[in-house]
Amino acid sequence: MDPAPISVPLSRAVDLSAGRAPAPREWALFARRLARRRTALFGLVVVMIVVVAALGASWIAGYDPTEQDITNRLRAPGSQDAAGRAHLFGTDHLGRDILARMIFGARPALMVGFAAVAISGVLGMMVGLLSGYFGGWIDDVFMRLADVQLAFPFILLAIAVIGVLGPSLPVIIVVIGVSSWVVYARVVRGAVLSLREREFVQAAHALGSRDGRVLLRHILPNAFTPWLVVATLDMARVIVIESALSFLGLGVQPPTPTWGGMLADGRVYISTAWWLATFPGLAILVTVLGINLFGDGLRDTLDPRLKL
Amino acid sequence: MLLPPDASAEDVQKFREVMGFNDPFIVQYGRFFLGALRGDFGQSVRHGEPAFNLVIERMPATFELSGAALLVALCLAIPAGIVSAVRRNTVIDYISTVVALLGQSMPTFWLGIMLILVFSVQFNLLPSSGRGTLEHLVLPAITLGLFTTARITRLTRSGMLEVLSQDYIRTARAKGVSDPPVVWKHALKNAAIPIVTIVGIELGTLLGGSVITETIFAWPGVGRLSVQAIYNRDYPVVQAAVFLLSSTFVLVNLVVDVLYTYLDPRIRLR
Repeated sequence: MDPAPISVPLSRAVDLSAGRAPAPREWALFARRLARRRTALFGLVVVMIVVVAALGASWIAGYDPTEQDITNRLRAPGSQDAAGRAHLFGTDHLGRDILARMIFGARPALMVGFAAVAISGVLGMMVGLLSGYFGGWIDDVFMRLADVQLAFPFILLAIAVIGVLGPSLPVIIVVIGVSSWVVYARVVRGAVLSLREREFVQAAHALGSRDGRVLLRHILPNAFTPWLVVATLDMARVIVIESALSFLGLGVQPPTPTWGGMLADGRVYISTAWWLATFPGLAILVTVLGINLFGDGLRDTLDPRLKL
Repeated sequence: MLLPPDASAEDVQKFREVMGFNDPFIVQYGRFFLGALRGDFGQSVRHGEPAFNLVIERMPATFELSGAALLVALCLAIPAGIVSAVRRNTVIDYISTVVALLGQSMPTFWLGIMLILVFSVQFNLLPSSGRGTLEHLVLPAITLGLFTTARITRLTRSGMLEVLSQDYIRTARAKGVSDPPVVWKHALKNAAIPIVTIVGIELGTLLGGSVITETIFAWPGVGRLSVQAIYNRDYPVVQAAVFLLSSTFVLVNLVVDVLYTYLDPRIRLR
């Protein structure tokens, strides 16, 4: 996969055409620099594997993740069931294949991850742009709103809202998405505050560009890099939250397999069947670790001074 | 939802009247707001006690757990971060970096279950649930504290690396100050500001994270109370819990802001 398009590094953005799509040359340069970081590359490979598993779950899994078989319940990892089929990671309390459920469990995790990050990312970007560019009372209102948002323990808020509205995929995505914009807004606002004073923005003003045009064509592309880094690292956080909600029974509902839901089932059998809770947890750990490694690499390559 | 399914229509109507559900939304909200200002969140639907008292009773348990977790985090993270930075690119640095990265990627609830599996189920060393003795506190505190530990370790390391490359550190070394005072007196004091900031923010994470950790370890705190209240649709309790946890968080961050002035005399409160 090609890395996502990035903007011109700030140091070279003085040129008046700032806002054009990044030249292929710059993409290549960036990709090469990123590829030199082995850990980031490793993270990317891990994430790619999870994405492929989620997309091709029906073909890869080998078992129906919801197929129950009570006579083959709680089989140990690597053992065979009565029909002679191997279960690499064993079966759960209803005789379902754990590996298959893990592969299918990647779907809700990634779906919530991408969708929630998209919502909060766009919200945060808009707030950050407006707040940083216009300042004054707009900035005050948004930043106080951010303080209020941060004052609530997030997970408690999410549980309360989902408890009232009922757990479903759209509700989970919207709740996480709407309440996670603050980090984006702060980072984008910080970038805009310094970009606003740059020569190319003043030049654009002098040439008679309206505010909207300056914001979208000149400032946004240059505030994109820190935003991308935040989005990547936030994705890891969102996936953990999704599994935490499923763990509490407030995520995507059964029979859809979720990593958190599998963990909650496994917790009951902790004293007799360790594999029930262990493997889905490893799936979360590996996925989140992959995203974090990639995100760290992205930050170090694009914006080493960004503190997150 | 709060009455038995066979309740008659008049009963339902009477219940709605008593609870004030028939009033316009804004009136209900006004009543809630005025009540909240006086610490009155209404009666718990389930327990029949004032919701505020129920939550306050559970506060000490949550503070105990969050405090213990923070203590674990600080005791592990700051030394680990300093050693990593001072002995950069050694085996110690690699180990602590990898552990921190794993800790940051590990879901709390999974760690909790794995700890129970190893220490309670396999070796029967520590209790897996409840509150009381110090032994009860060990597993929940480690579970809750690990994420914070990982974050503070990474922050301490990067902060120390930045400070250690400054001119005044070179000056101190040049004039013959030996290693330990340079690290502890000159460097750490200047690397401490971001650490103090993050401790304030992390306390919010800890209070929020206590929801899950308390559920796993059956810890009788506000987090577990509020999860149960949500399942029971006991909204007065949920409101009181969210309100009190948030207030605590805001208060802690105020204290942190005041602490800055001691750490960095350049910052003055207006």
